[in-house]
Amino acid sequence: MSAKKITPKVELTIPIIPDMELAATKTSEVVAKHMGLSEEKSAEISMALIEATINAFEHSESKSANVEIHFVIQGDTLEIKVTDHGKGFDKSQVAIPNIEEKLESDHKRGWGLQLIQELMDTVEFASTEDGTTVTMTKKKI
Amino acid sequence: MSDFNTETRTEGDIVIIKTSGYLNNVGGEQVSEVCYKEMDAGKKLFLLDLEDSKVVNSIGVSILIEIIEKLQDVDGRLGYYNLAPIVEKTFNIMGLTKYSTVFQSEEEALEGMS
Repeated sequence: MSAKKITPKVELTIPIIPDMELAATKTSEVVAKHMGLSEEKSAEISMALIEATINAFEHSESKSANVEIHFVIQGDTLEIKVTDHGKGFDKSQVAIPNIEEKLESDHKRGWGLQLIQELMDTVEFASTEDGTTVTMTKKKI
Repeated sequence: MSDFNTETRTEGDIVIIKTSGYLNNVGGEQVSEVCYKEMDAGKKLFLLDLEDSKVVNSIGVSILIEIIEKLQDVDGRLGYYNLAPIVEKTFNIMGLTKYSTVFQSEEEALEGMS
């Protein structure tokens, strides 16, 4: 009889409360350590997760008081899904930030998506009027 | 609620601000308050010692962009040292390192800012 292979998962629901994104990074650090990811990759995952979570907190105008975060270990790849139940957004309408424009603008913020894309191996956005899921992955090697 | 603190000292004309805690919007505002108060007193050269701020977010770092902008108006400069690798990487991605300087140590920073 062959044993059924189980995909390890961690599911986290965090309330939309300032700094609660740090609760998510504590979990990602444990998962990354379990997978044997380098400290550099673990730190990149934590930073991307902070940005995805605060985006969900700040921009979703969520009807729910929570953000859901799923960590799935698929072999040597960590997949993280950050889901809010807010109004959704059109990624094509989000400008790519650059420092020269920001230095002359009153709006210095808006770096979250850029950071997530730079720090993770893959990033996908699925957004409807019922919410947004950001799916990002990081390979061990 | 995160605890964020700053300690400020001067070395000649250079104001050194040592931070501790999560550099988010709250932390960024605290740093900017210190900088603007010192700028009102005529200071133009600032160093941030980020040894005890190993976690940042883009909102906190955006406030540093605001500080850089205000320093440009008075021909001032901003530098940093003791950065965690991910913080330096974040500064690179956001372009801060084009308009401010990352140093590897306090000694190098003081020499570089003089």
